[in-house]
Amino acid sequence: MDLSAINPVLLIASLMVAATPIMLAAIGELVAEKAGVLNLGVEGMMIIGAIAGFATAVETGSPVFGFVIAAVAGAALSFLFVILTQYALANQVASGLALTLFGLGLSALMGQSYVGIKPPSTPHVNLGFISELPVVGPILFSHDFMVYVGILLIAATWATLKYTRVGLILRAVGENHDAAHALGYKVIRVRIIAIMFGGACSGLGGAYISLIRVPQWTEGMTAGAGWIALALVVFASWKPWRLLIGAYIFGGITVLQLNAQAAGARIPVEYLSMSPYLITILVLVFMSADRSRAPASLGRIFHASN
Amino acid sequence: MTDALLKISGLTKAYPGVVANDNVSFEIQPGEVHALLGENGAGKSTLVKMIYGLVKPDSGQMHLHGAEFAPINPSFARQHGVAMVFQHFSLFDALTVAENIALGMENPPSQRDLAARIKEVSEEYGLPLEPFHQVGDLSAGERQRVEIIRCLLQNPKLLIMDEPTSVLTPQEVEILFTTLRQLSQEGTAILYISHKLEEIRSLCDHATILRLGKNVGECVPSETSARDMAEMMVGSTLHTPERKADKGGDVVLEIKDLSVASPNQFGTSLKNVQMSVRAGEILGIGGVAGNGQDELLAAISGEVPTNAETICVNGQSVGALGPNARRKLGILAAPEERLGHAAAPAMSLTENALLSGAIRKGLLSNGFISWSGAREFAADIIEKFDVRTPGTETAARALSGGNLQKFVIGREIMQNPDVLIVNQPTWGVDASAAADIRQALLDLAAGGAAVVVISQDLDELTEISDRFAALNEGRLSESREMAGLTVDQIGLMLGGAHDMEAAHAHA
Repeated sequence: MDLSAINPVLLIASLMVAATPIMLAAIGELVAEKAGVLNLGVEGMMIIGAIAGFATAVETGSPVFGFVIAAVAGAALSFLFVILTQYALANQVASGLALTLFGLGLSALMGQSYVGIKPPSTPHVNLGFISELPVVGPILFSHDFMVYVGILLIAATWATLKYTRVGLILRAVGENHDAAHALGYKVIRVRIIAIMFGGACSGLGGAYISLIRVPQWTEGMTAGAGWIALALVVFASWKPWRLLIGAYIFGGITVLQLNAQAAGARIPVEYLSMSPYLITILVLVFMSADRSRAPASLGRIFHASN
Repeated sequence: MTDALLKISGLTKAYPGVVANDNVSFEIQPGEVHALLGENGAGKSTLVKMIYGLVKPDSGQMHLHGAEFAPINPSFARQHGVAMVFQHFSLFDALTVAENIALGMENPPSQRDLAARIKEVSEEYGLPLEPFHQVGDLSAGERQRVEIIRCLLQNPKLLIMDEPTSVLTPQEVEILFTTLRQLSQEGTAILYISHKLEEIRSLCDHATILRLGKNVGECVPSETSARDMAEMMVGSTLHTPERKADKGGDVVLEIKDLSVASPNQFGTSLKNVQMSVRAGEILGIGGVAGNGQDELLAAISGEVPTNAETICVNGQSVGALGPNARRKLGILAAPEERLGHAAAPAMSLTENALLSGAIRKGLLSNGFISWSGAREFAADIIEKFDVRTPGTETAARALSGGNLQKFVIGREIMQNPDVLIVNQPTWGVDASAAADIRQALLDLAAGGAAVVVISQDLDELTEISDRFAALNEGRLSESREMAGLTVDQIGLMLGGAHDMEAAHAHA
């Protein structure tokens, strides 16, 4: 095999693109889980975002507007989860699975007339000479805007959770909802906002796949990215920066194994295809070997009795 | 008096099927320590929740400083100078002390300023705290300090305390009382809820007694005997557990050099525990929670098997046997955690009775369950132990703490054990139910069983045990005759209170 065919600069640049969808979905899920809600519907919300964003971009010609609608669609689907789990007090695991199945089916229906169409391309940011710098330029300064949105979301989530009162209340609700209620915080309201934020982020992640990463629409095209995002949240110990690292490792190995396949590596393709999942999980298992743990109220139903 | 701090008149709150508060009225003066007494379910918690804005009254008024006071939420109550320390701590384990305190404040300053304030106020009141420690790592006493400091930082006019001493050692209680007296001298009124009548007698200026949601009387605790207050609460004559003098059968339970690693990450391992209990004897084991109580119960019940020889019952080595094999031999246990350990919350009382009683009560044949037998067994327990429940098919979680505890203890006692170990048998149980449970334990011992009672309530241990031993960091002290032990000696045996004493001296 010919390793020289792999260009490290292009590799790093494309791993950021490969990592962005799961990073977006995972940061949304992280916020929901920090508020004590386990939403297994990430995959469903992503694929709804993928088709909603794709259709909007094709019809209007504006990828940016497509992303906005994708976020709205993801949030709208997550509102179904809100009704089920926060008002009807249904089981969160079952509701999340239902959301995924429903999202996959609904997206297939919505996308029937969009198969085989090319979406309008998303412009890359152009910072003039900065983007043309050798090595640094292609790696850091010449991506589409969503790559930067993803990183900014991670930073903003981290800062909000750590330094602001809103973040403190959100963590408190996820840690001990009874105590938060006793102190007079609106547990249900906080959780609704967190779930819908998670839905919007998942929608963005899905649209990134259909509008930029692939870019076209096929049924079930998220192909398990939502589940990887969910696993990433756990193995990143609910810490935003670890999420970023995890997503980049996953993206990096995905791109690397594709390059290795192209370069004709003498390893069966199946092993290469499974390698991103295996290695990401292994690395994150090592990282999560400290004492951090899940929010204590994660997945528990809150009902304000008397 | 017209200058009352808080005047409550005709407060009523009904839930479907039960009137929690029926036309309750009383007054609290500034700087007064006012006790609110009553059995479980008498409506104390509902009443203070109304004052704190968590529950809206159906009718009646409250006046604060003569002005009408209708708190719509806890934040409103806090703004008007009402603060509350909850019975089950309203703390967040994964957050730091400072973050926990910020959550209970209306307009918290930045974390740095807040940390400085916490240090200052906590030392002023003799309750030292490290602002950046995680609450999950703190002892029960320290956690309570967090709650109290959280309230004090807002300069409350009225501090509500719901059962604050149930998890504290005697030394910690003394420190708490010193703080409360200091507060009351500064003009803060305290509304104090407790089951422990002696505490109320030493601390409170005035007491209001609730029974079944109604205000049934008031008294000055220092001039009223504990027994009279208890009878006002219960509304009938209270019997004191009696015991027979005759002791000293053969050794039934013998533990030699028992060391067990705790199965729980945050648990305490047992180290070289020795003890022996005779037939007809009650061994009381005191100690602050988390010093190996759960592990000791698990080792004796068989949840955590050990070397066969370390635990002997009637001369037979049982250390390696599991819980069911031990039940067959008459070794039974009633763990502390009622819901989830002693009973399965969502299962009916019949099913819960079956879970532990199947073997000794012969409720199984060839793997099939005898439901009629199980129902009969559950009904027997309910009748004999006065468990108040609609029937045997009620889910365990629907019972109040005291009733479920009576059921759990009753279930084990009705199986005629040779050895019974119970952990916190009367925690959160009202006075009359607690007396019933203690009497049942005494009767069981009188019938020739060896009984081990683990408790943090020293009054309870003094009342029922023949011998006393203390559990401290997984080590069990030598046991001593209960008669003749003073509170100070017991406190020394319990140990682990050094930092508290230092804190007190510092204050």
